[in-house]
Amino acid sequence: MERSSWAFNWRRVLLLRETSSLIMLFVVIIVFFSIAPLFLSKENVGVVLEIIPELGIVALGVTMLMITGEFDLSVGSVFAFCPIMMALFMDWGMNSVLAVLCALVIGAGLGALNGFITLTFGIPSFITTLGAMLIWRGGVLLLTGGWPPPFPVGMFTGALVGKIGILRVSLFWFGIITLILWFILERTDFGNWMFASGGNQIAARAMGIDVRRVKLANFMLCSLLAGFSGVIQSFRLETTLPSMGNGLEMEAIAATVIGGTALSGGVGTLIGTVVGSFLIRMIDNGLIMARAPSYWFRVFIGIATILAVILNTFVRERAKKLRC
Amino acid sequence: MEERNEYLVEMVNIHKWFAGVCALKGVNFAVRYGEIVGLVGDNGAGKSTLIKILSGFYPPDTGKIIFEGKERHFASPREARELGIETIYQEAAMVPKMSIMRNIFMGRELSRTKIASLGYLDIARMEVESMKALESVGLRLRSPHALVDELSGGQRQGVAIARAMYFKSKLVILDEPTNNLSVKESEKVLEFIRELKKQGISSVFISHNLYHVYPVADRIVVLSHGEKIGDYLKEETSVEEITKLMVLP
Ligand SMILES: Nc1ncnc2c1ncn2[C@@H]1O[C@H](COP(=O)(O)OP(=O)(O)O)[C@@H](O)[C@H]1O
Ligand SMILES: [Mg+2]
Repeated sequence: MERSSWAFNWRRVLLLRETSSLIMLFVVIIVFFSIAPLFLSKENVGVVLEIIPELGIVALGVTMLMITGEFDLSVGSVFAFCPIMMALFMDWGMNSVLAVLCALVIGAGLGALNGFITLTFGIPSFITTLGAMLIWRGGVLLLTGGWPPPFPVGMFTGALVGKIGILRVSLFWFGIITLILWFILERTDFGNWMFASGGNQIAARAMGIDVRRVKLANFMLCSLLAGFSGVIQSFRLETTLPSMGNGLEMEAIAATVIGGTALSGGVGTLIGTVVGSFLIRMIDNGLIMARAPSYWFRVFIGIATILAVILNTFVRERAKKLRC
Repeated sequence: MEERNEYLVEMVNIHKWFAGVCALKGVNFAVRYGEIVGLVGDNGAGKSTLIKILSGFYPPDTGKIIFEGKERHFASPREARELGIETIYQEAAMVPKMSIMRNIFMGRELSRTKIASLGYLDIARMEVESMKALESVGLRLRSPHALVDELSGGQRQGVAIARAMYFKSKLVILDEPTNNLSVKESEKVLEFIRELKKQGISSVFISHNLYHVYPVADRIVVLSHGEKIGDYLKEETSVEEITKLMVLP
């Protein structure tokens, strides 16, 4: 009895979608620590933790949407668009809190537009959001003429990026958003509809689930979170650059996939995505600490992504055969 | 008038056209309370079309549906389901990457409270209830958290039937449930259908293979090219008679 229950537990651990990304995270930490011991110094850990939320929050939204079977490639552009709108609103004399809220509403609205076009015309969201990615990046450049609007003075930056010791408030926002989304996904009926919509939308529809509504809500959520994260970064850097979030969509998708979420929808975990986000930012930072040229970053993220998916498939196949 | 009351559902003079193709040409089809009706006919005979009309996927072009003595117009599958008409399609019934429990309660989740219009799932109760539902069709599975992906085709049909039974369906329609199943697995599906009858639930069992339907059906209806060409109580007919009917041009 004892032995078989042990074997069962191991099998369950290996079957967890997060397992392979966690293994990779540990390997990365150990490798960078042995190359550059300062990697785990208090200061450096602080540096890593202050940049993780900005990728992590975007990746959480991408994960939620991917579980329902859809993509959003426009998150990087929305990440730049929202803070710039915020800065413009304030330039026009709007109150700071209202400017941020309006910018976030625009973020959600851009997601609604992605969802509306995708679902109404029945075209792949890959296409819709590829278009949106180009449009809103172009929009940012048009609005600013390539020059960033001045970052408004007297912003309530403390609420989003204030320092507490070596940490920033944005890390807590990341934690809270993770908890709320985890609860929605794993513990509510809406979460069940998300998995069903992504896993087999014909069955979901046949059981009376409003697949369109579920997907639309997630398009909006994903885009809203991208906008929110963009505001966080602009608060941290105290600037609104038109180039913000360039390539972020790829990092967010990589974090999602590394964490064990399936590109095809219906399967995924938010905890995996958190691990994936840590992994990406730690590779980024570790390469700097190891004094490697910065272009290695993309190479390593590419390798990590492919490796994670291979590991995931391989480990789970093996674990299935462990059946006692 | 007397006759009426014995039918759970009656479809009267149903016609259906698809872009110039006449899929159904004035079909009358009825199911009694607690009856297992075998609906047979060649591929393309119109079986799926007929039951899709019954389950609210399409409206009929002409004809009417009387369910529990009242004429009904289903605007969606959801409306039919709310009245107790549950349709099980092989590919469309389950989400393979979801657990058995989550599949059983898909779209009808049990929740403890509502938090901002989201239902907070009562997982403990769904675990217990899904095991109960599975036992009601004699399906013994280790855990309600196993993925449907890991079940055999026959077991999946069992889960779908258990779900229909749990939600107190009055009529369960199975479209080709034995397709691609081994003989042994098909046997199991027949067991599940007998279990439905024991609980007084009517069912329509569709197959292009008469031999799959014959052992459990109380009545056999034969469709051919969109027309009903036979409707027999099993005790009044034989496999030979129906086979002859089916192969005639
Ligand atoms: N959605 C549809 N559009 C056009 N033709 C259809 C459609 N559904 C069914 N048909 C046609 O109606 C006829 C009956 O099909 P069906 O009801 O699926 O037969 P069965 O289930 O008996 O194999 C076939 O000729 C089929 O091609
Ligand atoms: Mg058919």
